[in-house]
Amino acid sequence: MTKKVHPYIPNMVPKVKEEMLKVIGVENSMELYSCIPEELQLQEEMNIPKALTEYELRRHIEGLLKKNISTNDYINFLGAGCWQHFVPAVCDEINQRSEFLTAYAGEPYEDHGRFQSLFEYQSLLAELVDMDVVNVPTFDWGQAAATSIRMAARINGRKKVLIAATVAPERTKIIANYGSPELEFSNIAFDLDTGLMDLDDLKSKISNEVAAIYFENPSYLGFIESQGNEISVIAKEHDVLLVVGVDPISLGVLAPPSHYGADIVCGDLQPLGMHMNYSGGQAGFIATRDEETFINEFPSRLFGIVPTIKEGEYGFGDVAYERTSFAQREKGKESVGTQTALWGITAGVYLSLLGPEGMYELGQTIMQNSQYTVKKLNKIAGIQGSRIVSPFFKEFIVDFNDTGISVQTINEMLLEKKIFGGKDLSKEFPEYGQCALFCVTEVHTKEDMDCLIEALEDIVTK
Amino acid sequence: MKPIIRTEATRDFHQAKWNEPIIFELHQEGEKGVEVPLANEEVVSTIGDGVSTIPASMSRKNRPNLPEIGQARVLRHYLRLSQETLGSDFNVEIGQGTCTMKYIPKINELLIRNPKMMDLHPLQEESTVQGMLEIIHNLDLCMREISGMGAFSFQPGGGTQALFAMASIVRKYHETRGEGDQRDEIITTIFSHPSQAATAVVKGYKVITLHPDENGFPDIEKLKGVVSERTAGFVVANPEDTGIFNSKIKEFTKIVHEAGGICYYDQANANGLLGITRAKEAGFDMCFFNLHKTFAAPHMCGGPATGALGVTEALKEYLPGPIVEYDGVKYSLNDNLQHSIGKVRAFHGVAQTILRSYAWIRALGPDGLREVAQTAVLNNNYLYHKVQKIRGASAPYVKGQRLEQVRYSWEQMASETGITTEDVQRRMTDFGLHYWTSHHPYIVPQPFTLEPTESYSKTDLDEYINALQQISDEAYNNPEIVKNAPYNSTIHQLVEEDYLDNPEKWCITWRMYQKKVLKPVLIK
Repeated sequence: MTKKVHPYIPNMVPKVKEEMLKVIGVENSMELYSCIPEELQLQEEMNIPKALTEYELRRHIEGLLKKNISTNDYINFLGAGCWQHFVPAVCDEINQRSEFLTAYAGEPYEDHGRFQSLFEYQSLLAELVDMDVVNVPTFDWGQAAATSIRMAARINGRKKVLIAATVAPERTKIIANYGSPELEFSNIAFDLDTGLMDLDDLKSKISNEVAAIYFENPSYLGFIESQGNEISVIAKEHDVLLVVGVDPISLGVLAPPSHYGADIVCGDLQPLGMHMNYSGGQAGFIATRDEETFINEFPSRLFGIVPTIKEGEYGFGDVAYERTSFAQREKGKESVGTQTALWGITAGVYLSLLGPEGMYELGQTIMQNSQYTVKKLNKIAGIQGSRIVSPFFKEFIVDFNDTGISVQTINEMLLEKKIFGGKDLSKEFPEYGQCALFCVTEVHTKEDMDCLIEALEDIVTK
Repeated sequence: MKPIIRTEATRDFHQAKWNEPIIFELHQEGEKGVEVPLANEEVVSTIGDGVSTIPASMSRKNRPNLPEIGQARVLRHYLRLSQETLGSDFNVEIGQGTCTMKYIPKINELLIRNPKMMDLHPLQEESTVQGMLEIIHNLDLCMREISGMGAFSFQPGGGTQALFAMASIVRKYHETRGEGDQRDEIITTIFSHPSQAATAVVKGYKVITLHPDENGFPDIEKLKGVVSERTAGFVVANPEDTGIFNSKIKEFTKIVHEAGGICYYDQANANGLLGITRAKEAGFDMCFFNLHKTFAAPHMCGGPATGALGVTEALKEYLPGPIVEYDGVKYSLNDNLQHSIGKVRAFHGVAQTILRSYAWIRALGPDGLREVAQTAVLNNNYLYHKVQKIRGASAPYVKGQRLEQVRYSWEQMASETGITTEDVQRRMTDFGLHYWTSHHPYIVPQPFTLEPTESYSKTDLDEYINALQQISDEAYNNPEIVKNAPYNSTIHQLVEEDYLDNPEKWCITWRMYQKKVLKPVLIK
């Protein structure tokens, strides 16, 4: 029986295959594997289901996906590192273009558009964070923070790192694994009621051996860390570098960390035009000043603008390529490889669409909607809308302790009412007891928020 | 009309050139790209402006200096830039060896844009993501069959991150056994991806790099000479980037195991091996596959991607968590792994890529996967025979024994004509073809690495060969043509050096360009 030619494998056509085998000078293609010893050759067939046609495949996968309930089906209040935001249609149109989707490592000539798009992304994000240099994106916020900290440690040659205890525990795990065994981490305490960094604790731990301080603003717990300037002054007294993580979607209304002394700024691009994709939308950025000592410590690619031999024409290339592991293997700075370039391009499209006013309006809407939700929550007996009293952006800790019901139970009951409740914090921050981190953005309508309020009223008064 | 008789060996091509300004130059005050959702009137009347709560020190004083551009113009700008980008959908992209630029099935792109995939939050309750977890678990089962490993994590966001995760597991494994300080060396080979060595150093290891013997094989005697009680791990690709399969690999892993080290396998070059040979039988403890290479997820200008990390049952507890498990009734996330290295990437990794690769495997089945491997090897050997006949080109090291790719050399052509592999690279773009030299350092002089995969027809391969042939002819007869290329690309030759390596002149962003280039001119 002749084998069916698979649509993805044109040279299965018997006549063509024979012709090619003849050129090579072998009888059949298995002869080409003579270099693999028999004991290493797989004898049995792999236990993988038989091939599906395109139509069957579609039915199969869509059948599986139907078992999911998405944030389109239920109202979602989960955030905690991956957030539901409005995605402009143009973002999707651009990032599904075949040209961008299937490009990879092309040269500045045939991939001029890719280079320009990423240069523009660097430039647009640089304006948002108000710093000069932004990299081609890395994997996610956790990786961006981990690398920012290692960059700081290389710049000043120190090994100790102080991390705010309010940093997202998931990111702390990434940072700790990425920094070990070289770096030594300790936490800086925070005030339970305000969320703010305990400056006395910071002062007691800082020394001339500390490489960097890392905190996030808005923090993982949603509050705005308002002591940026004070922290920066303390850091500078000891020549410690200040690394600040930021949710870029807040920067239409919040001051970028460069305005209160941050030396390296990092964060996640996912809010800027990426669907959540069960966490496939994450992408990390790192920003610094235009100083050689900083630029030379980036492991990432940095695209720069250059002239061509034709006047009036420009192209792009890799700035300071010799610092990378592509150029130097283990002598390069950390490592570079495939990370999240397409999300960089998409974030560039997003910022071009929103512009300065759009970013402001978006930040304002998020603040209004989230404050509205907290205000309404406060009216429910036993619920404190925001456990932390400081101003917040987008996320806040809802305190259920006085209801006598666990977050887990509340979330199960919310789920029955087609609502994804906030992230249960009882394991990550046991000091808060039964609290949950809720996220409210511009995608939430008044009806959505009222629906949550009604549902919770119903749950706690039952 | 005269009939078209196609006799040209190479394509008459010209890439799009739009001379599109930098996005900031499109600014027109007052224009708007999109309307963002605003708070409902009642919300506003309840709350007020919302932003007054921001402490003065944390309030942004000026709007960010972003351009204001109408929606159609933004779209047109990026569509034009996309046309100035040569994706693998458009060309016979066999020039990017080691990266397995194969066909990206369109059905998979349609499937990942299903809202029940796109709009899932990673922290949703398990009962609401059973379909997604089933896909992850099913892919895990397929990957176990393909590799012989015991469990997979799809958390790493690319090959580099998978290599880093494996180096982290090596460290954690030895630390758990009380040998963390003693075992401080990782052994690799020079014909492996730079990230193998680079990620080992990030994890605090001293790297020992083995160079090949005269036939291009990793040198087993050299390995014996460097293993010791300090050996923490051995990382290698097989075939290496030369396309040469090391048939003694099992002896290598045995030697390292006897010294107490862990063997981990970079399977970035696995496309010729599917259903043929596996990590387990070769004695590896861990391996990873690039889903965006061998398993047909797109490269997306360089990610997001997935390095699928597989380990033996014995190392399962070291994986980054959570991993997906199935009890016969429901799928769940297990984040209680006793020796877990923690996390390398947020949440669950790049779910779209997981879905794409699962769909690709299901479209092929076990026979199809073997057919992929055999055809990739057939295509490569066809190319290998043809390219070596081109004047000035050669394939150093042992004759034959190449699997899915070959690292070639233009050394002879360079010495006879002065045309280098970089010159060839630029000239290839004139034919609408991508060509990559190779990773540094250039152990093979004037290198280029071709990997034809299973996706291209004989006609496609011939088109690529013809272009190389023409460039060789030009190099020997009229080298200036090659030297001054490209001609049909979007842009002309870059004037690089000083603008990329001089801190006074480099411009990584538009604001730097304005400060360093534009402003001084305007002041004059």
